[in-house]
Amino acid sequence: MAGASAKQVLFEPIFSNNPIALQILGICSALAVTTSMSVSIVMCLAVIAVTSFSSLAVSLVRAQIPGSIRIIVQMTIIASLVIVVDQILKAYAYEISKQLSVFVGLIITNCIVMGRAEGFAMTNPPLLSFLDGIGNGLGYSIILLFVAFFRELLGAGSLFGITLLPTVNDGGWYVTNGLLLLPPSAFFIIGLGIWALRAWKPEQVEEADYKMSRHTVKEAF
Amino acid sequence: MAKAKDTVSRTLMVALVLSIVFSVVVSTAAVLLRPAQIQNQNLDIKTNILSAAGMLEQGASAEQIEQTFERFDVRLVDLDTGDFVEPSAVGVEDPMKYDMYKAASDPAMSTNIPASEDKAGIKRRPNIAKIYTLSENGDLVRVVLPVHGYGLWSTLYGFVSLEGDLNTIEGLGFYAHAETPGLGGEVDNPRWKQQWVGKELYADNPTEPQIRLVKGGVSSDTKDREHKIDALSGATLTSRGVEQLVNYWMGERGFAPFLKKLREGEV
Repeated sequence: MAGASAKQVLFEPIFSNNPIALQILGICSALAVTTSMSVSIVMCLAVIAVTSFSSLAVSLVRAQIPGSIRIIVQMTIIASLVIVVDQILKAYAYEISKQLSVFVGLIITNCIVMGRAEGFAMTNPPLLSFLDGIGNGLGYSIILLFVAFFRELLGAGSLFGITLLPTVNDGGWYVTNGLLLLPPSAFFIIGLGIWALRAWKPEQVEEADYKMSRHTVKEAF
Repeated sequence: MAKAKDTVSRTLMVALVLSIVFSVVVSTAAVLLRPAQIQNQNLDIKTNILSAAGMLEQGASAEQIEQTFERFDVRLVDLDTGDFVEPSAVGVEDPMKYDMYKAASDPAMSTNIPASEDKAGIKRRPNIAKIYTLSENGDLVRVVLPVHGYGLWSTLYGFVSLEGDLNTIEGLGFYAHAETPGLGGEVDNPRWKQQWVGKELYADNPTEPQIRLVKGGVSSDTKDREHKIDALSGATLTSRGVEQLVNYWMGERGFAPFLKKLREGEV
């Protein structure tokens, strides 16, 4: 990644090197918090804040970090930032922080954050690392919002809490799809999303682990 | 360079400095934001109480909520005797500060519920409960009682609001639960909650609540319809949990002794 330009590190993770769609990282929270758009947006902002600032902090001290304790140093930085974000949400966005519950705390274990700190920030200058953090946060966000859009619209008949399809339970006509309110549905949506993305950018398709050899035996023994 | 930063003393130094810096960052954030957080939590509880009592206007501001809530009296009740107790009995000055759910896990302040009686599935019950009363011109017009119990996946926490006759339900609402969204989670549906309004807790015996959540809906010719509420479709266990927790808390082991005394004017 050496010599990458600012524009590249910021925009590549959105479609070309998306952390969820290509690297398949951070799936856990993508399943858990995507039942509504507003909750997802707050989660995305939290993740962007944590990835960018943790990459910045790691990059600033990268020359000082002894190799033997570098992972725990990164964890400490990330964990501290997550606690700060959690505290801020509890103070200024209480309703949403209640819905996010443990998942804000679980940003600590989000592989994207750790992956960027170890994989990029340890070897790149602060500003570039900061942009890389934002870029990867955005890549994560775009998938989250994509999933949340379908889950909230078809699962609850609304977007951002505003009813678009009046549901039967509220006297309307739309029979909600209960599956979409449950976590497994996010797997289907992410899967379909990855399919669409790889149809658009075929270079993302991984090479098969093995190839079936040609069937050569003409008859059974 | 790589050698210089990998010595033991250097490693310890970095670890120490890092720990100090980040503990300062974290504790500063925690201390500075604490007042705002406490305010949010209190406002949240007040909002839930008003919502159960049907006194929450759509889009009410924080001040409006505080103002409406001011009209309530916060009282502590001994569940066994049914008498009011002073806040000093639980070691607080302001009854609002008493947390009955914390007390439920303190052996000195709670009682074990025998499994045969534990309809609500809560295992322990605090000895003293926090309730909210609203009086107008000296007449009791509203009592809001906390209830909780197990549904399918989670413990549901909520409030039941009673009219001045201490029998008619004025509203019910849950503020914390983790039931299945779209099925059991429909306990939050305003249309479903609306059905509770006007239902009656007791028939002849003032300690035996008769609330039933029934399948197939409640129509004007249903027998005992004043005690019956349409169960949530697709959520048998959540419905059963709600029925049992309401009946438990309004029963002999819950608020029934208190409500009886209050009705007879003994407290």
